[in-house]
Amino acid sequence: MKIKLKVWRQKNKDTKGAFKTYNVDHASPDMSFLEMIDVLNTELIKKGEESIAFDHDCREGICGMCSLYINGHPHGPLQTTTCQLHMRTFKDGETITVEPWRAKAFPVIKDLVVDRTAFDRIQQAGGYVNVNTGGVPDANEIPIPKRIADEAFDAATCIGCGACVAACKNASAMLFVSAKVSQFALLPQGQVERKERAEKMVAQMDAEGFGSCTNTYACEAECPKGIKVANIARMNREYLGAMMTSYEGSTGGGGE
Amino acid sequence: MKLDSKIPEGPLAEKWTKHKFNLKLVNPANKRKYEVIVVGTGLAGASAAAALGELGYNVKAFCFQDSPRRAHSIAAQGGINAAKNYQNDGDSVYRLFYDTIKGGDYRAREANVYRLAETSVSIIDQCVAQGVPFAREYGGLLANRSFGGAQVSRTFYARGQTGQQLLLGAYGALNRQIANGKVTMYNRSEMLDVVVVDGKARGIITRDLLTGKIESYSAHAVLLCTGGYGNVFYLSTNAKGSNVTAAWRAHKKGALFGNPCFTQIHPTCIPVSGDHQSKLTLMSESLRNDGRVWVPKKAMPGLKGIDAMKLPEADRDYFLERKYPSFGNLVPRDVASRNAKIVCDEGRGVGSGLAVFLDFTDAIKRDGEATIRAKYGNLFDMYAQITGENPYKGPMMIYPAVHYTMGGLWVDYNLMTNIPGLYALGEANFSDHGANRLGASALMQGLADGYFVIPYTIGDYLANIGWADKIGTDHPAFKEAIQSSTDRMNKLVSIKGKKTVDEFHRQLGLTMWEYCGMSRSEQGLKKAKQIIQDIKKEFWTNVCVLGGNNELNQELEKANRVADFIELGELMVDDALARGESCGGHFREESQTPEGEALRKDDEYAFVSAWEFKGENQPEELHKEELRFENVKLTQRSYK
Repeated sequence: MKIKLKVWRQKNKDTKGAFKTYNVDHASPDMSFLEMIDVLNTELIKKGEESIAFDHDCREGICGMCSLYINGHPHGPLQTTTCQLHMRTFKDGETITVEPWRAKAFPVIKDLVVDRTAFDRIQQAGGYVNVNTGGVPDANEIPIPKRIADEAFDAATCIGCGACVAACKNASAMLFVSAKVSQFALLPQGQVERKERAEKMVAQMDAEGFGSCTNTYACEAECPKGIKVANIARMNREYLGAMMTSYEGSTGGGGE
Repeated sequence: MKLDSKIPEGPLAEKWTKHKFNLKLVNPANKRKYEVIVVGTGLAGASAAAALGELGYNVKAFCFQDSPRRAHSIAAQGGINAAKNYQNDGDSVYRLFYDTIKGGDYRAREANVYRLAETSVSIIDQCVAQGVPFAREYGGLLANRSFGGAQVSRTFYARGQTGQQLLLGAYGALNRQIANGKVTMYNRSEMLDVVVVDGKARGIITRDLLTGKIESYSAHAVLLCTGGYGNVFYLSTNAKGSNVTAAWRAHKKGALFGNPCFTQIHPTCIPVSGDHQSKLTLMSESLRNDGRVWVPKKAMPGLKGIDAMKLPEADRDYFLERKYPSFGNLVPRDVASRNAKIVCDEGRGVGSGLAVFLDFTDAIKRDGEATIRAKYGNLFDMYAQITGENPYKGPMMIYPAVHYTMGGLWVDYNLMTNIPGLYALGEANFSDHGANRLGASALMQGLADGYFVIPYTIGDYLANIGWADKIGTDHPAFKEAIQSSTDRMNKLVSIKGKKTVDEFHRQLGLTMWEYCGMSRSEQGLKKAKQIIQDIKKEFWTNVCVLGGNNELNQELEKANRVADFIELGELMVDDALARGESCGGHFREESQTPEGEALRKDDEYAFVSAWEFKGENQPEELHKEELRFENVKLTQRSYK
């Protein structure tokens, strides 16, 4: 199949970018979208033009490193990651527009590569249970109802790709943050620091410059892992609960 | 050179306990005077960095991805083994040890494997405490499934995303230490060299992948947790970025490379669809619990989907069940892979010809589609997405693909390489899986090394050298290492040849797959060696890397990694040539039983190959660490 690609090219974070159009004449319907860009990149190199930079790693839909805003959708028209999107989804002769994630908190580094370290910083603010290695109870000590474990698992499957932010007109990170808050709010292991966690993660999210949630549900519609907006509602409850009870600051991260 | 494995004396079951007591300790106040570098943030790296940070050491952790959470452990699907015996089905530490030693075809150290089995139980406790949402039964207790090479159910899992959940648990523990200031995290940083002064590892050289800046970091010890080298085959189930560079540079600085030819070819991967293919996708081994593997009895080229469903039972050959009635579809990976190759070589392959069926019809009839969906839903979805075919409506097609490398840097019982202060953990070392790894054991080893082994063993080394024994990055050795790394990068961008990095990588991969893959012969290996030497020569005169060294340059990153894969490929071939027996994943055509099974030669080859680098373009020297079996009797592995 033949494809026309309009791709965002930007030398680095300090220069202005622009769209550039390329033709890919020998795409196969069985190629993944990234393999199609691999083919284009090989052609570009042969012509002496620098290849298009894009993030990717596992290419099996789980590492969360690939991104790309394709035809107005993060990860393209299907609810999957870009690495799992195949060219059979597109029509022969179609023009496809490819942009990086667009969000203030995700600055463009080069071409289609953006900086998502804000997500790491939010997780560092409290996305864990404060336990040291060793000295923990037997794994079967605390039974957890299957329904609860499954619900926690569903929230925990977030891959941290940032599609929710890219999909949102406000560039809100609520779906991402609420997935982690929910996982631990549901599980018994997360109860001890439940309030503190919600408060700290939300504070960091705000500090990173992500927008507010206005309930458009675009994030859920585009999430490649099907994370539900019900998590956002849960996080709002958790956060409100934390703010309304008198929470005194503690030692934080839980070290010495 | 004398190889000292430092395996403690005494009965197998007491070795680790005694050893832990004999190891020196660093007192809590002194721990903060030590610095440790951890390269890689997969299960081994993230767990080690977190555990060492918790103890009070100052840790610098490095990953080449944009976040430590992306490390390829995240893609592990099926599960993690632990000898909990929650199922009351006869499991024990000794049985897990025995299954692992046997599964590895008696080419691993007894003591290491026993320790692995022993620590496995603590891993599950730790992960549950971290909030890892493992699968549970209705009564609220943990669920288990069975896996290849074992007759008990000891595999803990989180749907088909166990690696993801375990890694995110370790990532959380790592984040906690980053927040505490005990771990400094360097994302998008690739290790280029290890700095060795007075025979000890003193630090590393890295390249900041965003700016191209070559930087140096010093520490009291360096931990390489950089994963395996399956990408030497170009097509593998590894992530695109997975590479051997850190381990290879350490090797060139004197660290021995153990059993480089021991490669695991996983039987259940989605077959190749065309020349554009950039990687292969695994379908979890857990599918073999319910899926039945078959091909038609007579060659039926192109058979698939509905037509396959219609083929009468009498015309089907369930070849694993037929040849191995007691293990059936759950034979270990090497056996399953080799048999798939055999039936395809006979011309009975389906689809493109390089595929066999994995059929769930009977399981769906027995348990209902809903049950199968609940167990494997995400795997079925993934299959449908990649192939465009509905696996609920026709059998899946699978074919073996490179998945894991049992070989890696040689380490002693303390996980230290032969360079003092340089450690290798997880898939990056050679130590626990022998010639074949059992399913659900990689996650176990990564976390055992990181959470429960290194925190003890590193203390002994650090206490012995003392905190004052550290060399700063202003030492000439660091300056020299920076210079040589810079020169290499400059060289790569200045060749400006005609062939892309991927073209070289593909060529290398095809050569390795053809001659050093599922089946190896002396003649083929000798041919491969010549081809690889030619590839190397051409690479350094004709590779095309556009752009500069001082910016984000993904072609340069790839070129730097592929250059090392080429050299490693040659060593793998040398190792495969030197090992004139078949064992586990290493199948030498010259050494097979009359039934075509791998024939081990214990009298000649019951050793670990440990290769020493002797200089550019010089043959490497083979050292042998003899394997002593005091507890298990070596038998011809049989799953019949």
